[in-house]
Amino acid sequence: MAAILQARGLNKNFGAVTAAADINVEVERDTVVGLIGSNGAGKTTFLNMVTGYLKPTSGTIRFEDRDITSLSPRQITRLGICRSFQIPQLFGTLSVFDNLRVGVGIVASSGGKWAGGVDLSEGADEAVERMLERFGLGEYRDRAAGLLPEGVRKLLDIAMAMVVKPRILLLDEPTSGVSAEEKFKIMDMVMEAVRAEGVTVLFVEHDMEIVNRYTHRILAFYEGRIIADGDPAAVLNDPEVRKYVIGEALHLSRGEARAES
Amino acid sequence: MSRDRTVNVLTVMLVVLLASGPFLPRWAMFLSTVSLCYGTVVLGMMLLMRTGLVSFGHGLYYCLGAYAAGTLQPFFGITEMSIMIGAAVAVTGAVSALLALLLRKYRDIFFAMLSLAFSMILYGLLVKTSALGSTDGFNVTAETLFGVRIAGTAYERYLIFAVTAFLAWICAMGMLRYLGSHRGRLAEAVRDNELRVEYMGASVANTIHVNYVVSAMLAGLGGSLMAISVGHIDPEMAYWTTSGEFVFITILAGTGNVLAPFLGAAIFETIRSFAYEYSPNTWQMALGITMLLVIMFLPGGLWSLFARTRKAG
Repeated sequence: MAAILQARGLNKNFGAVTAAADINVEVERDTVVGLIGSNGAGKTTFLNMVTGYLKPTSGTIRFEDRDITSLSPRQITRLGICRSFQIPQLFGTLSVFDNLRVGVGIVASSGGKWAGGVDLSEGADEAVERMLERFGLGEYRDRAAGLLPEGVRKLLDIAMAMVVKPRILLLDEPTSGVSAEEKFKIMDMVMEAVRAEGVTVLFVEHDMEIVNRYTHRILAFYEGRIIADGDPAAVLNDPEVRKYVIGEALHLSRGEARAES
Repeated sequence: MSRDRTVNVLTVMLVVLLASGPFLPRWAMFLSTVSLCYGTVVLGMMLLMRTGLVSFGHGLYYCLGAYAAGTLQPFFGITEMSIMIGAAVAVTGAVSALLALLLRKYRDIFFAMLSLAFSMILYGLLVKTSALGSTDGFNVTAETLFGVRIAGTAYERYLIFAVTAFLAWICAMGMLRYLGSHRGRLAEAVRDNELRVEYMGASVANTIHVNYVVSAMLAGLGGSLMAISVGHIDPEMAYWTTSGEFVFITILAGTGNVLAPFLGAAIFETIRSFAYEYSPNTWQMALGITMLLVIMFLPGGLWSLFARTRKAG
């Protein structure tokens, strides 16, 4: 399978702090990749470099056959790499429907300069309706986004990234701040949506249960480097990962912890 | 109020204004004309405010529009109303397109103050320009409308009023259409969350630029119509208190509907006229109290009285 995203020799320094050190990653089409690591390990820095929010000090990022290292977030979005945010970035005074309609509207008024491309033959409003249904947001349709409960805000934030039909979706802690019952519901909906639309996913997550359940592959970050890369079981049992990322006291799940003791 | 309903109300209002014009007493017609001019300026302020920006310097374009229309006669001998108005819109469009390159980098109080600074530069220049009458300004007359002589005729006042009403109607209809379009809806998205707009693939700078230029052209149009209806212009039009009046009316009216600016302008002008008539020394107090009441009881502006249900485009 061909790599859809490729990072080569990425370095990023903030003064004396190294946020990324020689990152080399190839992501294959239609995979779900989890990014784990403690706070400040460089996961979000990596995400920010892919979306153009940060420019790497050195190294290149390629999306399909195109070098996107020096492009702006807007240009990268238009190529088909969209993201959600750890703290949902919504249009607070607009209704849920209008939040999504903004995205469809941007595509519709961009004069076809959109690589992924929403199929607007079904009409802008229909595209929004379909996304509302897909993410179970129908009942909140006319509510102002600023007044929604946290779990719904998270879903809307992800739906806003999905509504413009990305090729790659980057999620920054999709289940943080969400109750235990809600987090699987959110992830199930997101995964169903990305499977249906054929989207490659990279997501940053601290919840190892979520990472283990939903990814095909895990990248473990520590002090700006990738210390482990591979299938979930292998990475989560890697001694370095257990020491630096998960922490000795924490285990995959409580059940397993009990079994070991 | 729904979009269709707004269109109907706008059109009915235009017909009522045009039909009642010939029977209006002189003062009422003048009051209506001035309200329509101010309303056109405030229509642009409303668009800016929806984009999250408050300009304390739209007097710049209001004055520039008036001077662009007025100086055609002394410099080029042109007194055709349509050309005067067209020149005002073209000049304000060009100047605002240039200034927006700088202004679009600023937000909040910095945007407000920088736009105020630009308007005060124009004020300062006009005050020092004796060829344009310095602080006294000069008289402006539209001699012809589409080549037909109107100056000095019995229907001069009515025609100017009718043209103003018709142009205000076109602007309101155009704005309604724009606000309901994909591009127009971006205004509120930019106000709410610029980061997200960029991450959805649209340019914040571009949206602000376009909306700023549109608002400036509306101010220029309002200024030129005011110049023609009043028959006199002076640098006060660029003074910061004039810009302040536009902000005042925008907040008084609210930004919920394209009808609001005209409603706000009419109420503002009415209060000002009557307060000035009956209490020449404390007329500003009446405006102050009105604003206080609106901010305390109707934070969404007077329009919120009409829009208890869903917001209209």
